[in-house]
Amino acid sequence: MSSADLSQEQREFGEYARGWLAENAPPPPPERLPITPIEVMTVGQRDYLQAWQRKCYDAGLVGADYPKAYGGHGHTGFQRIANQEMNRAGVPFLINIVGLSMAAPTILQHGTEEQRRKFIPGCLSGDEIWCQGFSEPGAGSDLANQRTSAVPDGEDWIINGHKVWTSLGHFATWMILVTRTSKDHKYDGLTYFLCPIAGQPGVTVRPLVKITGETGFNEVFFEDVRIPDAYRLDEVGKGWAVAMTTLLAERGASEGAGSGGGGGESAIRDLIELARGTWRDGVLAADDPVTRDAIMQRAIVAEGMRQNAKRARVPALCDHPMRLPLQQKLTGSEFQQNNARLGVEIAGAHSTLYKLDPSAPQAGHWPLAYLNSYGNTIAAGTNEIQRNILGERVLGLPKTK
Amino acid sequence: MTTTKTAPRDFGFGEDEAMLQEMARKMLGERLPMDKLRTLVAAAPEPIYDRGERAPWDKELWSEIVELGWTGLAVGEAEGGSDVSLAGIAGIVEEIGRHALPSPLIATLMASLVLRAAGGAVAGALLKRIAGGATASLAITNGRGSWDPEHAPLIASGEADELVLHGGARFVQDAFKADFLIASARLGDTLVLCAVETAADGLRLETDHIHDLTRDQASVHFNGVRVGASSVVTYEGAVVLQAVWPSLLVLVSADLCGASERLLQTTVDYAKERVQFDRPIGFFQAVKHPLVDAMVEIDRARSLLYHAAAEVDVASGKAEIAARMAKSAASDAAAFISDRAIQLHGGIGFTWEYGLHIFFKRNMHNQSLFGDGVHHRKKLADLLIGPISTSPNLARDPAAN
Repeated sequence: MSSADLSQEQREFGEYARGWLAENAPPPPPERLPITPIEVMTVGQRDYLQAWQRKCYDAGLVGADYPKAYGGHGHTGFQRIANQEMNRAGVPFLINIVGLSMAAPTILQHGTEEQRRKFIPGCLSGDEIWCQGFSEPGAGSDLANQRTSAVPDGEDWIINGHKVWTSLGHFATWMILVTRTSKDHKYDGLTYFLCPIAGQPGVTVRPLVKITGETGFNEVFFEDVRIPDAYRLDEVGKGWAVAMTTLLAERGASEGAGSGGGGGESAIRDLIELARGTWRDGVLAADDPVTRDAIMQRAIVAEGMRQNAKRARVPALCDHPMRLPLQQKLTGSEFQQNNARLGVEIAGAHSTLYKLDPSAPQAGHWPLAYLNSYGNTIAAGTNEIQRNILGERVLGLPKTK
Repeated sequence: MTTTKTAPRDFGFGEDEAMLQEMARKMLGERLPMDKLRTLVAAAPEPIYDRGERAPWDKELWSEIVELGWTGLAVGEAEGGSDVSLAGIAGIVEEIGRHALPSPLIATLMASLVLRAAGGAVAGALLKRIAGGATASLAITNGRGSWDPEHAPLIASGEADELVLHGGARFVQDAFKADFLIASARLGDTLVLCAVETAADGLRLETDHIHDLTRDQASVHFNGVRVGASSVVTYEGAVVLQAVWPSLLVLVSADLCGASERLLQTTVDYAKERVQFDRPIGFFQAVKHPLVDAMVEIDRARSLLYHAAAEVDVASGKAEIAARMAKSAASDAAAFISDRAIQLHGGIGFTWEYGLHIFFKRNMHNQSLFGDGVHHRKKLADLLIGPISTSPNLARDPAAN
């Protein structure tokens, strides 16, 4: 991203953000952080990351483009800059990923004025952690196959059902929840709610254990959970359309309320450093032509993603407006996965070591990153579903469903 | 930021550049539709493959192109050219690739970029000729097909007022369509670039028997070709070629991107029409998903292409890295869609008559031209990781002893 792309105001804001991040980078975490917010497990990690998001929010780096009435900072075109600077600075990620990239944009588009004022500020500050209640045991890639029911009862709704893969559910104040309100129509029988989780009678959050042996996501059970109609988002029967807004926001079609951090930009640097410090058949891996080629393949993909983001803003160089934005989830998650797999390969025998083994390189980062990378290639619509979406919406191929 | 040279807004691809590309797309779409291309270059395989004749090209269409001033795109206004940015030229070359245009245009653009980089009176006079419609090509590749500009194909001897050239230049593109060649020759410690008429005494063009039906290629034999001072472009040939190399890579990458997008769209169209098992084959994910993967690769290459063009246009220090990334990505994207295009068309795509092979072979030629993906990743590794340690002893694994 060159500075010539930016307005004077954006440049000044970028300067400010860079300066602020340099001065306010947080101390090292009390315990090892996971690679992405969807794997946050412990109270220690949560407290550390929540405090960091609050600080970024207060500094204007989160919710930069949201209206002040909803807790935002009221700018235009600043969030993109803030995201880039947070990425570049290698600071920790923002924990409230569901609140920022899913709940806030969806509530902004579909919510009443009252709902926007009530819910969005907590998304931005991170004071209220959000989780997502879309997936069910029988509704994965076939998302509309929802069973969790919402039945009207006076001014309230009664929720019954079972949600799965609920990242951050154990810390969440709120859930964006898709329910079935009619069995007569698959898509038009869905309704979207903003559902209280923490301390809510009838809600049980139970941890699920991932392939890494870690917890980090949950299943959530609803047994006669009573919530007021004021928590319904948009009309009864419009749940599918609202869910599509959420997924579009999640898949990176907008700048969102804030993202970044977590060191995405440093991925190639990390691989090069690993190769420079790893012996392979008597020479450094950094001197092995095959390893060098593999790292350069990753570097080209990394630069390609950066330049895709730039070209997406040049309509004359885009054949279809959604062609590049809809690729972000697919390319981003496979980029991380392939980087991690390459890290495992370069680390060689040392990648057999779990993080608690004292001689594990980078505290066991590479094999755990690789195992965890499947979270992102599966979540938010598996990458097979992403390929269907791209094939159908962008290339115009016949629909699979 | 302290850098003075930043890439322009939107890759420097503004309204003018978009208009040029649109015009080129429209003109070539009308003048060289698929059936005409097929009739022109692939009426029958025997003349070209059995008898080694050069593929035909449309000289009338070429006159129109000269009328439009395309030969002068990379020529400065002082020499009668239109001085279009490399980003703008890339847009036009994408269209050349999309329509697989047989012409000396790309070779001539390459020669003009070299002449511009060289500067001086001799180059200026040659650029004027090109702006007036003269055609040229580069004779800078040796018998080993080396893409190192230092590996000149020719030996020069003699004094400053007259040089004599000996040797053989290989892989000279569209030499039989060129009025003159820019040849590189080793003269003692220096590399000299000379302009030589293709009709010069002592120079013999030998047709290479090639697969690609949309160009000619020659081995050029220099048997004591005499070059006067008025034809010596520069004695700083190595510096000039190093400097201009990224631009040359951009041109080939643009051709690859255009042809690859054409193959993608052609295959998508076919997948929507061709019915098997009662459905258009594009319904099936075994067809849909590889087409999406090809789109992702082509988009990556295209974004890197315009990034590279923009970096060249501002003479940034990052131009070489950007251009090598673009050529690597474009070569690999082209290989992938060429492969899938033939395979997904099934039997019909394998026939001579259908014509997909015209694009397949043009891509295959361009993939290797100026180095394939592996070549450029090797160069990138030297730039981004650092050169391979020269002494294996110094880098021996201490633990191995």
